[in-house]
Amino acid sequence: MDFLSNLVNGISLGSIYAVIALGYTMVYGIAKMLNFAHGDIIMVGAYVCFYAVYHFGLPGWAGVLLAMLLCLILGVAVERLAYRPLRRADSLAVLITAIGVSYFLENTAQLVFGANNVFFPNLFEAEPIRLFDGRLVISVVTLASIGICMAVMVILTLFIEKTKLGKAMRAVSEDKDAARLMGISVDRTISVTFAIGSALAALAGVLLCSAIPSLSPMTGSMPGIKAFTAAVFGGIGSIPGALLGGLLLGVIEVMGKAYISTQLSDAIVFLVLIIVLLVRPTGILGKKVQEKV
Amino acid sequence: MKKNTFTTIWKSNFTTYGIVLLFFAVMMILMATGNLSRLMRGQLVPICAYAIMAASLNLTVGVLGELSLGHAGFVSIGCFGGGLAAALLHDAGAGELVCLAGAVLAGVLLSTLAGFLIGLPVLRLNGDYLAIVTLACCQIIKSLLTNLFVGRDESGLHTGFLTQPEGVAADAFVIRGSQGLRNAAVIDNFPAAVVLLILCLIIIYNLIDSKSGRAIMALRDNKIAARSIGINITSYKMMAFVVSAAMAGAAGALFGLSQATVLPGKFDFNMSVLILVFVVLGGLGNIRGSVIAAALLTILPEKLRFLADYRMIIYAVVLIVVMLMRNSTVFHGLGEKIQGLLRRKKTAGSPPRDPDTDPAGKEG
Repeated sequence: MDFLSNLVNGISLGSIYAVIALGYTMVYGIAKMLNFAHGDIIMVGAYVCFYAVYHFGLPGWAGVLLAMLLCLILGVAVERLAYRPLRRADSLAVLITAIGVSYFLENTAQLVFGANNVFFPNLFEAEPIRLFDGRLVISVVTLASIGICMAVMVILTLFIEKTKLGKAMRAVSEDKDAARLMGISVDRTISVTFAIGSALAALAGVLLCSAIPSLSPMTGSMPGIKAFTAAVFGGIGSIPGALLGGLLLGVIEVMGKAYISTQLSDAIVFLVLIIVLLVRPTGILGKKVQEKV
Repeated sequence: MKKNTFTTIWKSNFTTYGIVLLFFAVMMILMATGNLSRLMRGQLVPICAYAIMAASLNLTVGVLGELSLGHAGFVSIGCFGGGLAAALLHDAGAGELVCLAGAVLAGVLLSTLAGFLIGLPVLRLNGDYLAIVTLACCQIIKSLLTNLFVGRDESGLHTGFLTQPEGVAADAFVIRGSQGLRNAAVIDNFPAAVVLLILCLIIIYNLIDSKSGRAIMALRDNKIAARSIGINITSYKMMAFVVSAAMAGAAGALFGLSQATVLPGKFDFNMSVLILVFVVLGGLGNIRGSVIAAALLTILPEKLRFLADYRMIIYAVVLIVVMLMRNSTVFHGLGEKIQGLLRRKKTAGSPPRDPDTDPAGKEG
């Protein structure tokens, strides 16, 4: 029964990683950049929700929506101010700028919200579900994380496959210049990508902090790196890859903690990543790109 | 290429040594006349250590053209290995310089070994995948060091992994899990640090100006073309990577001994990024730039201390603005002027800045 409970917890954690990883993988697929500030958007989203719900008394769902909206604006603003001027610069310059944005968000949060951990009360007040005579207890956050992740995946896949904007995104990720020739506004498409990714990050932030349950300005940093790892794991640029990578990473992390060693669970996660990349150098579902002269 | 390439290279290299020596002389004069604050005094050895870390990372990122986000891992191996060696030498009654030399040697050996073991599988990957794997390696090293216990007393060395070895007194530990490394004696020797820095610079410059260095730069600029003229890609990649790791180990030992305690958590992703920032701001492939950037960016946050809570925000803003100015089309005119003032001529090792051919700009 322990195994089953660990598996459910792993899938739940993995679902949160997957939602964060979506932001990384979409931005990478379309703008070809590693957005290291993505993890800190999670933290901003969680803080917005925390203050909206527990200081201004908004209902939980409104807090989440407000967090998503503000993070959406933040994500688009960051892209507009910091990344767009660097569209033609080399990728290392963009990487360093993203890291600068990450430092900026972390330290501003420290100034505004204080450096200490705050207790993040559970948004989902319902009783946990008990199965098998109470031997398997599943909290509502766990179920909500899994459910929301699946819903997000389905909606996003439909959006990318069926809508005009989704088609534009696929076109830009395939070939920016050709897409521009077809009359697609590359800048606008990239903005939309950042908007979606950042709103999802806010959602993931609320789920993550409800599960831990605490919040500090550094909360987003490690899950950010883990989600990035998950995106690479599944093949960066691929949306099903982000789901697969996130779920695998979450399960490996929880199982490693339960059966191998609590202290070494991070090391196990990264070791598995290295092994996967050595066997499949572009991730599990990644496309192989032919090297050209 | 100019006619006297050889002389140009040597002139450029000696300018770098000159800058380091000038820095050393100025600091020594300030110290002798009592004009150096305690805070700055304590920063001198770390500045040299950071300069070595930056110069060595530039070998991987600028000269070899592969992004590494795990440099801090090699630094931490050097730091902990070196600290242990120094503690053992200190117990044996060795002097300060012998301890330091022993620590640096141990740090270099261990991180060379680590660089080789990590490089062997990892260097088969390219670009962003290589970056994420080096990041993963750094995290693994951090996790391992956080769970490592090494103590020594009359009955010899006691080591433990995950659990603390039994029956060892608390003050007998050199490395104690998450509490990190505790040095028996703090060695804060600025002249020795400068000597080590210059030694590393000589090695790096000689490598760049050698046949191997040209091969490494050739494979950076075009891997397939380099392979077609018979350059062994794997072995040259490995050479640059291992030399870079070895020097990071030396810097780690130097840095570690200058502190009373070092926590394993210090060497995380942020530390790797900090070193990478030195390299990028100093200029890819520009070793002198790395050294200057490391020194300036170590001093800058200290000098900004009066800004208290706003300090790191300003640091972040400066970072973003500098990157925008150097690369964006909006600021291009202004940026070029400033860049022109900063470095009037390109150094020999500097890669082309054109985004189309830049090795770091792997766009499609």
